[in-house]
Amino acid sequence: MKVDRFLLGSLLSGSLLVSGHVSAGEKIMVDKTEYEQLKAAVESLMQAKEANKKVLLGAEQAAAKAAASAKTATETANRLDKRVKSKSSLAKSAGRISGNEFNPAVSLILDGRYTDIDNSELALPGFQLGGEAGLPDNGFTTGHNELSISANIDDKFYGSMTAAIVYDEGETEVELEEAFIETLGLGQGLTLKGGRFFSGIGYLNSIHDHAHDFADRPLVYDALFGGHLIETGLQARWVAPTDFYLSLGAEVTSGSEFPGGENDNNEGLGFFVKTGGDINESSSWQLGASYFTTEFDVREAGGHSHGHGGDEPDNELLDGNVDIAGIDFVYKWAPNGNPKQTNFKFQAEYFIRDEDGHAEFTEGANSAEADYDGEQTGYYAQAIYQFMPAWRVGIRYDHLEADNRFANFVNGGIDQDEFLEESGLGAEDDPHRSSIMLDYSPSHFSRIRLQYSDFDNGHGESEDMITLQYIMSLGSHGAHSY
Amino acid sequence: MKIKLIIAAALALFVVSTQAQAKLKIFACEPEWKALAETIGGEQVKVTSATTAFQDPHHIEARPSLIAKTRRADLLICTGSELEIGWLPLLLRQSGNPQIQAGKPGYFMASEQVERIEVPEQMDRSMGDIHASGNPHVHLDPHRLLSIAEKLSQRLQLIDQKNAPFYEQQFANFRTKWLESVQSWEKQSATLAGKKVVVYHKNWSYLLAWLGIEAVADLEPKPGIPPTSSHLISLLQVAESEQPEVILIAAYQGDKGARWLSEKSGIPMLTLPFTVGGNNASTDLFTLYENTVSQLLNTLQDD
Repeated sequence: MKVDRFLLGSLLSGSLLVSGHVSAGEKIMVDKTEYEQLKAAVESLMQAKEANKKVLLGAEQAAAKAAASAKTATETANRLDKRVKSKSSLAKSAGRISGNEFNPAVSLILDGRYTDIDNSELALPGFQLGGEAGLPDNGFTTGHNELSISANIDDKFYGSMTAAIVYDEGETEVELEEAFIETLGLGQGLTLKGGRFFSGIGYLNSIHDHAHDFADRPLVYDALFGGHLIETGLQARWVAPTDFYLSLGAEVTSGSEFPGGENDNNEGLGFFVKTGGDINESSSWQLGASYFTTEFDVREAGGHSHGHGGDEPDNELLDGNVDIAGIDFVYKWAPNGNPKQTNFKFQAEYFIRDEDGHAEFTEGANSAEADYDGEQTGYYAQAIYQFMPAWRVGIRYDHLEADNRFANFVNGGIDQDEFLEESGLGAEDDPHRSSIMLDYSPSHFSRIRLQYSDFDNGHGESEDMITLQYIMSLGSHGAHSY
Repeated sequence: MKIKLIIAAALALFVVSTQAQAKLKIFACEPEWKALAETIGGEQVKVTSATTAFQDPHHIEARPSLIAKTRRADLLICTGSELEIGWLPLLLRQSGNPQIQAGKPGYFMASEQVERIEVPEQMDRSMGDIHASGNPHVHLDPHRLLSIAEKLSQRLQLIDQKNAPFYEQQFANFRTKWLESVQSWEKQSATLAGKKVVVYHKNWSYLLAWLGIEAVADLEPKPGIPPTSSHLISLLQVAESEQPEVILIAAYQGDKGARWLSEKSGIPMLTLPFTVGGNNASTDLFTLYENTVSQLLNTLQDD
């Protein structure tokens, strides 16, 4: 562990040195650029005036366009005159791509659904639930309405904040999903990120729910991470200067969120490596491996406890340690690399979690406790096919397996069987789920989805779930990662 | 201690290895800019293109291979004006490469070097996927292309100063040859002025404005929205009243809607290369224009 931290520290300090070096050199470049731009602007003024004449001549031929072109030409001339007068506006002539020139890009995701489900309480025997893990309520609900604001802060930093506004059981909650800053072009392929963010482990972990291909997250994410592994701390990523893609990432974080818990020493540590490439013009792939570990003094289990009324039982894991390792794979295909008409995507992830601690379960005056050592695995595999523009179908299979061991059981009024069931730690059969979905996206900003799932929770109960969902994106919606 | 040494050595190695590369590494977003960079940069540059002529530059994936390429690029040449907004900002952020970030000399947005047409006066998503800074598809106007070539040559001179005279000369050579060709294309295509066509998307606006051809309808109901059957049916009436002579689509655009309209209305459909590599004949900027003009002449004069 010490070595890991040291390694990360030296990477960080190395990158700072690099950035200092770069900015000294840049200064000279910038002055030259400004001079060049001034020169270029004067030249472009002359040329544009000439070009305007041509535009006008062309416009005469197409009579309908003449008025509009003339207007553009005048505006152009005015703009160019201004450009030469004001040196500060020269930056604009260089042009840049951004969601919005000066204001941050604001994006709102509207998510609503109708769910047909008998029992909306999620139980996965063998997995103590935490975080956001849960099933939607029966009937009409609003899902994760996400508000996201992001922008390049200056030429060195990018910042982004995403909050989910969720209405649940008569209460409106605002959940801070992410609030982070990130360096821009630090140099040598390095990027540093700080704040609260979706950890870089796995494939789907860092992708917000609205960009998932199904109405619910894979079971393995709900079971092992409580939805997403959200961390507060520092992340460093490095892209290797090689022809093929190789990226390494490391995170030092508070480690206090599920599956971690309260601790006073920022115990969270994550590592991930990704590689990938193109097979040919039509297909590409990415393969990743990741590892996360944290320790905790207390971990509260429960997740979204759906009203039992009366005394809430107290379900805790004390002095524990959790290690998670995973691999993820994505393959994408589109004819000639053009996904507009048809495309195909396959993705699969596998995680293994090893955790231990002292389990305590208290309900009123009764309690039980035991030493717990669990090993859990889970995977999902899914395939999505866009068979014509705007229409996609997808299938997904989820599977979980738990192998938990207990020692030194103490009966304080609750016997072992009841303890195992109520605490969620007692494994039974393997929970598994099959899902199929169809979605329709008239534009890049709207999507309507119908999904059917058949879920066997491993407790001898089988559930059908039908979901009709809309996901709409308002405002300037940022680019999605691979 | 050993680990620190290894890391230092590895970092040093990368610095040395990147400096040892003699050729300027250029990452072009589209094939037309790859062709232009090769024309001006000659043997001093090594150019890769993120897209091919069969891909829609609005929508591609920020693939792992592209991140690896942006990581190592000395210069980025893209269309700009928000054309690549769906993937380029992500590549830039993930690259960790300071040279090609917005505003740096290594960041060259071709369409932003010239004035653009069709700048919307107001914007709303109900109008489709429109670009606030105007129509970005500037490369099919030969005059704008020449201005961009000049700016690119200046930029190359700035970034790679030791080869500055070379880039200047390359541009001068290109300018002479290009102006000659443009003159001959303009002469050949004089008869095209005033003709009417149907287009798939507004990506032909500059070419049509240059040749004096009028686009009477778009297959897309709104920019970026795929042709719908109701819109196609309404186009049948336009076809009758306006009498367009050809339906123009690019190599990367689906031909289903165009084929349907062509069958129903009897107007021929023409697939133009749109960019370098869009057909076998279009191997560079000169042949791209030659092929485009000659295909238009063949189709529009047969009628």
